Amino acid sequence: MAQELEMENSNEGTLQRLFQRLVAMMSGFLQWLFFTVLSVGPIPNHIAFIMDGNRRYAKSQKLGPGAGHKAGFSSLISILESCYKIGVKYVTVYAFSIDNFKRDPIEVQSIMDLMLEKIDELLKEESIVSSHGIRINFFGNLELLSEPVRMAVAKAMVETAKNTNVVLSVCVAYTSTNEIVHAVQESCREKIAQALLNSKFNCEMRDFERGYNTLSKVDCSITLEDLERHMYLAECPDPDLLIRTSGETRLSNFLLWQTTFCYLHVLDALWPEVSPWWLGWVILHYQRAKPYIDKRMKVL
Amino acid sequence: MVTLQLPLPTMNNRIFSHFNPKPASCLCRVRNRSRAFPSNKYGIFASWTAADAVFGGKEGTTTTTTKEEERLLPSELQPELMPKHVAVIMDGNVRWARQRNLPSSFGHQAGVKALRDLVDVCCKWEIRVLTVFAFSTENWLRPKLEVGMLMNLFEMVLKEDLENLMRQDVRISVIGDSKKLPKSLQKLKTKVEDTTRNNSGLQLIIAVNYSGQYDIVEACKSIAEKTKDGMIQPNDITEAVIEQELETNCTKFPHPDLLIRTSGEQRISNFLLWQLAYTELAFVKSLWPDFGKADFVDVLCSFQQRQRRYGGRDS
Repeated sequence: MAQELEMENSNEGTLQRLFQRLVAMMSGFLQWLFFTVLSVGPIPNHIAFIMDGNRRYAKSQKLGPGAGHKAGFSSLISILESCYKIGVKYVTVYAFSIDNFKRDPIEVQSIMDLMLEKIDELLKEESIVSSHGIRINFFGNLELLSEPVRMAVAKAMVETAKNTNVVLSVCVAYTSTNEIVHAVQESCREKIAQALLNSKFNCEMRDFERGYNTLSKVDCSITLEDLERHMYLAECPDPDLLIRTSGETRLSNFLLWQTTFCYLHVLDALWPEVSPWWLGWVILHYQRAKPYIDKRMKVL
Repeated sequence: MVTLQLPLPTMNNRIFSHFNPKPASCLCRVRNRSRAFPSNKYGIFASWTAADAVFGGKEGTTTTTTKEEERLLPSELQPELMPKHVAVIMDGNVRWARQRNLPSSFGHQAGVKALRDLVDVCCKWEIRVLTVFAFSTENWLRPKLEVGMLMNLFEMVLKEDLENLMRQDVRISVIGDSKKLPKSLQKLKTKVEDTTRNNSGLQLIIAVNYSGQYDIVEACKSIAEKTKDGMIQPNDITEAVIEQELETNCTKFPHPDLLIRTSGEQRISNFLLWQLAYTELAFVKSLWPDFGKADFVDVLCSFQQRQRRYGGRDS
């Protein structure tokens, strides 16, 4: 009797698993179909995400501390996978702002520990980074990070440098205003160095001081191109689409310079709740707005 | 929890403007305002409305209210949560005119009326700064006729409204590269700024031939000159140093609390980039000439329900 009951339970479990597999296969097929239809229209080359709502998600699901950010990371992998399938070439995410250092030190430390853990995972052979050829860049004021995190970040960038399919830019210890300050500082240093170099080569040694004093006559004006060259995200094109989750409607000091003409979209869903379906849905909105954006951009 | 959006967004489907649950009266007004303009069978009504919008309302169509009643905030709004600085991208004038088969100049004139009404409301509700994006650097690429008309319109409005603005104690500042503007407008701009400099009410900042990137580049040029002269070292360049050089240094509140863009477009379009770091954004479907007090109240309702954390956490 007990054996019969056990067999019955085992059959039920097998049926359940088969059913789940069937549902997963159907879902995968429908998703493939959806993405194929999407690809008929214009696909954004670069999507930026403000991954907001991890902690609120953990609270709503009654999860422990740090669980929200772990769920957020899973969501990131899923979205990255979808971007790869749809044909998005550049993905930029706002992982940690300089302002976030104001939070509870325990929370900050747990996020840093999570970053270390996940960087290790991503660099493994079997991870999505290897299978899909994803290059990872970390942008921000990395000096503000602790040494272990800085070293892990540097390692990730070196080891994925040869990948070319998708570029994932992770903004950590980043704010846009800090990025602009950095660009201004570098541009000024470059101009001064150029001016000094010109003065030095044009003068004999004894006239070097006179040459140095002619620095004031040299043009040190900074151009838009100078600033853009020194931005952290200089090697990426500007985003076509910026998505913020959790319903907040602000940029929170993210990519202010680069989102000049970017299409902005807010999802009410919290970041860990965002699925590939949501991404496809937002891309549909983007495709709807694109003809008008292109018309305006053509005028430029 | 996941909020679904309709497969085929209608005109009423809000996307970036996040209207949290609020009094039903606010929501109804928004939906009615953001509806597409009526079809051709209301063509006659449409022409009347256009003329009315440009030249003022008919007599007897508005209810009379006392000055005290006008000054009072609507009951939905809390005085302590009012934004100090509101920025507006006044988009949709030309589309408004096209919908009514009118020339674009009518749209811009209707837009001026909407701006006058907004300035009036901001003065009454004691908003400290109102910044409006009147003309961007990219707008020079519009047809020459339209650009010429806009320059004339700016001049005409500044001349005609100066007296009224003085009465309302409004201080006017014009930001943007004025060197490209007609000489007469440049002179008028200086005159208006000087005349209203000591006014202490609403500060109306008009962005003409302005772009956010241009503002930052000009600030950087100025800083680069200072580093070249040895007045400042590159390492000493901070966010505060850059802020002081931006054109919005003409006000005590350079960072808008709220940015409103009309006509449903969801872009910043090179407006006040640096200053918008933590600004709440509201994208409203109404075209600018249709944006009225009711729409403004709805946006303010939504603004007052938002939690602004500046990267930190709630306690």
